[in-house]
Amino acid sequence: MKSSVIIFPGSNCDRDMDVALKKFGFKNQMVWHNDAEIPKSDLIVLPGGFSYGDYLRCGSIAAKSKIIKSVVEFANTGGLVLGICNGFQILTETGLLTGILQQNKYQKFICKNVHVKINDKENKYFKNIKKEILSLHIAHNEGNYFCSENELKFLKDNNLIAVTYCSKNGNESEEYNPNGTLKNIAGIFNKDKNILGMMPHPERMIDKYLSSNDGSFFFENLFENLK
Amino acid sequence: MKVNEKIAIDHGLKKEEFNKICDLLKRTPNLTELGIFSAMWNEHCSYKSSKVHLKKLNTKGKKVIQGPGENAGVIDIEDEDAIVFKIESHNHPSFIEPYQGAATGVGGIMRDVFTMGARPIANLNSIHFGSPRHPKTKNLLRGVVKGIGGYGNCIGIPTVGGQTSFDESYNGNILVNAMTLGLVNKNKIFYSKAAGINKPVIYVGSKTGRDGIHGASMASAIFDDKIEEKKPTVQVGDPFTEKLLLEACLELMSGKSIISIQDMGAAGLTSSSIEMASKGNLGIELNLNKVPCREKKMSPYEIMLSESQERMLIVLENGKETEAKKIFDKWNLDFAIIGKTTDTKKIELFFDNKKVAEIPINILAENAPVYNRKWKKTKLPQKIKFNKIIYKKLKITEVLKKILGLPNISCKEWIWQQYDHTVMGDTIQKPGSDSGVIRVHGTNKAVATSVDSSATYCYAHPLTGGKQVVCESWRNLISCGSKPIAITNCLNFGNPEKEKNMGEFVECVEGINEASKFLDYPVVSGNVSFYNETKDKGIKPTPTIGGVGLIKNYEKMITMNFKKNENLILVVGKTEGHIDQSVFAINILSEKKGPPPVINLFNEKNNGETVLKLINGGFIESAHDVSLGGIITAVSKMAIKGKKGFKLNKLKVLINKFDYYFGEDQGRYIIEIEQKNLSKVQKILKDNSVHYDEIGNVTENKVIFDKEPILHIDDLIEFNKHWLENYMDN
Repeated sequence: MKSSVIIFPGSNCDRDMDVALKKFGFKNQMVWHNDAEIPKSDLIVLPGGFSYGDYLRCGSIAAKSKIIKSVVEFANTGGLVLGICNGFQILTETGLLTGILQQNKYQKFICKNVHVKINDKENKYFKNIKKEILSLHIAHNEGNYFCSENELKFLKDNNLIAVTYCSKNGNESEEYNPNGTLKNIAGIFNKDKNILGMMPHPERMIDKYLSSNDGSFFFENLFENLK
Repeated sequence: MKVNEKIAIDHGLKKEEFNKICDLLKRTPNLTELGIFSAMWNEHCSYKSSKVHLKKLNTKGKKVIQGPGENAGVIDIEDEDAIVFKIESHNHPSFIEPYQGAATGVGGIMRDVFTMGARPIANLNSIHFGSPRHPKTKNLLRGVVKGIGGYGNCIGIPTVGGQTSFDESYNGNILVNAMTLGLVNKNKIFYSKAAGINKPVIYVGSKTGRDGIHGASMASAIFDDKIEEKKPTVQVGDPFTEKLLLEACLELMSGKSIISIQDMGAAGLTSSSIEMASKGNLGIELNLNKVPCREKKMSPYEIMLSESQERMLIVLENGKETEAKKIFDKWNLDFAIIGKTTDTKKIELFFDNKKVAEIPINILAENAPVYNRKWKKTKLPQKIKFNKIIYKKLKITEVLKKILGLPNISCKEWIWQQYDHTVMGDTIQKPGSDSGVIRVHGTNKAVATSVDSSATYCYAHPLTGGKQVVCESWRNLISCGSKPIAITNCLNFGNPEKEKNMGEFVECVEGINEASKFLDYPVVSGNVSFYNETKDKGIKPTPTIGGVGLIKNYEKMITMNFKKNENLILVVGKTEGHIDQSVFAINILSEKKGPPPVINLFNEKNNGETVLKLINGGFIESAHDVSLGGIITAVSKMAIKGKKGFKLNKLKVLINKFDYYFGEDQGRYIIEIEQKNLSKVQKILKDNSVHYDEIGNVTENKVIFDKEPILHIDDLIEFNKHWLENYMDN
């Protein structure tokens, strides 16, 4: 199974993602933003970080980079594209995912453990996953998801809200919303569910010495589903 | 403009210093040259008041690869691995412009570390603010925290630990000390010493602007009412560029083209070029027209003194220019050949085809003024006889409630949740612990690190305080199961021209040295920040110690949170009930006088090594050192972290219970052990002549003291959790 992680200037979770993908069986390659083509891949990952310094708006310059055309082409032909944190922001900026990510409600960077509920398993990312709720980690300043009412209806009607913030028992009340995001949304799919963007970092939770091991479920499962 | 004595004094030089310059040059310097002298001879760059005392520090040890004198210290952590680390102050700029001051402090210290070829793996900070009631404190704190986070988060280096305190002595001078650790292959360390003649001198990174001109001189002066006017001397940081610079430098370093490399920090191009030439006993020639400038018509004076951030100076091997340029082009960074090394042993600057400065290097470096300033010893204060009748009115639970909620004791989550502390995927102990612990990527090893300072003790008796900080750092590292290796120090003091302040410095350094020697815990890098004074009011002496220790197998790491009901709680080390200068004395009894707790280095070492033995033997479930607030505060924090309760038995010792529980005797740890291990643990402690008290046990959630009302662990969490967030949100 081959994966590609795109490195933009300012990406800083690229290595972590590379470590995680390799740990769970992927043959991963790193691709530089100025390359025109992406090698043959089963999965493309846009990692976290501050692409192009997040100048202008988070992810906006990356969305216009040379490599992104190939990412869009790959996605449009049904290829799997995963965007974590800044990667999610880039996906909304390219229009591959609907909505926007605004500054956190309390105008602070937030780095903490959170729980997220998996809302849909009819997709390559979460099909057969052994857990309903994952303990993951967020670290962002702009993770406050927002979209129009029509867009939200579209997301709901098509089961495209992938993961939502919740308590460890699955309670999705406002108390467990870390950043003011709409309907506790932590991650969404595109219509065909081949593109997933989410704020939490599964790649930081891949062994028992870290504050959670739940990222392992995510990657293990993804690998199995792609086999 | 013709230079005269007045202009020299405006540059922060003393009259005698100006005369010395004229004598050494055998002429009057021109303005550019004067600027260079003022940058090299100020306190910040020349260490002129501290040098004679710093020389005495214990800087050698088996694990020391590089001690002070380079961009950062380097220690051996076995195999091919070494850790490069240093702490540095950014106090003055952070007070004037908290966001940029703190951000560029973080940026600067990271550059010091990656200049040596190391990839940064952890950041820490020690930040000190004025009284919470002071009108400036809240904004300064908010700005500093945002600045530290803004820079470190963007680069993607986890901030794994820190320390925050409030004290009115910082009302006019906050302290912002930033520390970075980097990992390097011990055979691939880069140094700043230039070698060889006619080698190209390369400028890389950001363009040079007019920001930060005279930053180092500003950091060498006391503040007055007009300090806000100095805003233009504060540098502006761009973490994105620093990230690119980091990657580009590490890429270039993986080849063999660099002879020497130096970041442009304080005093920018001036100090970096002079330092490289001075260490290599060479000369250097620069064509300032070649320096990439951000603004038009910058003069040689401005170019040499700018402190624009994210810049590096490199001496390359001949013929490697194209190869190197390719890397910097890839990362979209400026790359310019601006000069060459020479055999003249002078710095020679050219601008518009004219020579605009020519100074022998040795005059700037070795002939810089050195002062053995007058200083006054601080007498050990008399012990206070506390009136035990007051104690009768106190309840332990109420005192504990108050102490857990004090600004200096309460939970600092509001701060560290704004720092990315998990990026790089190796943080196995987060902020809020005794030490931050990060794994050495891809190995079984981990590095523990902490920052500590105790201004209260240092102010009461500098000699004892100096020793105490080193011991506390050592204990924090031991508590997580690491073997302490070496320290870096950031020496924050008032005005060295005042005998009292100078005395505080001299005696703190002496204390640090004594403890460092006894514990075989050498100082490998550091920085001095004097003139932390505003309108005649100086800060309390605040030496900050950053420690680094090694855990050979991270599976054996210990955390401080209580683990299991019924487990026993022991105090390792002897409790005498020293109340003077304790949190209890100051905040509950309102008594600020008296001596700080005594440091017994023999016990400190013996207790620490024995705890480490117990940890390595697998006998300890959790451990925490006893510091501010004494035994009961330490036990409470372990309970809060583990969300467990505890029961403390009736005291078996003949010490008043308040003195016992709130006293701040040194050299102590709280350990949690399983019942079944008690006899083995007792034997090891006895065999090593270590005093211990068995004080109670862990419970599910009740907090029980003899005869006092029963609390729930949630009560303790409430007492401890909210002070800072309430303060910041209101």
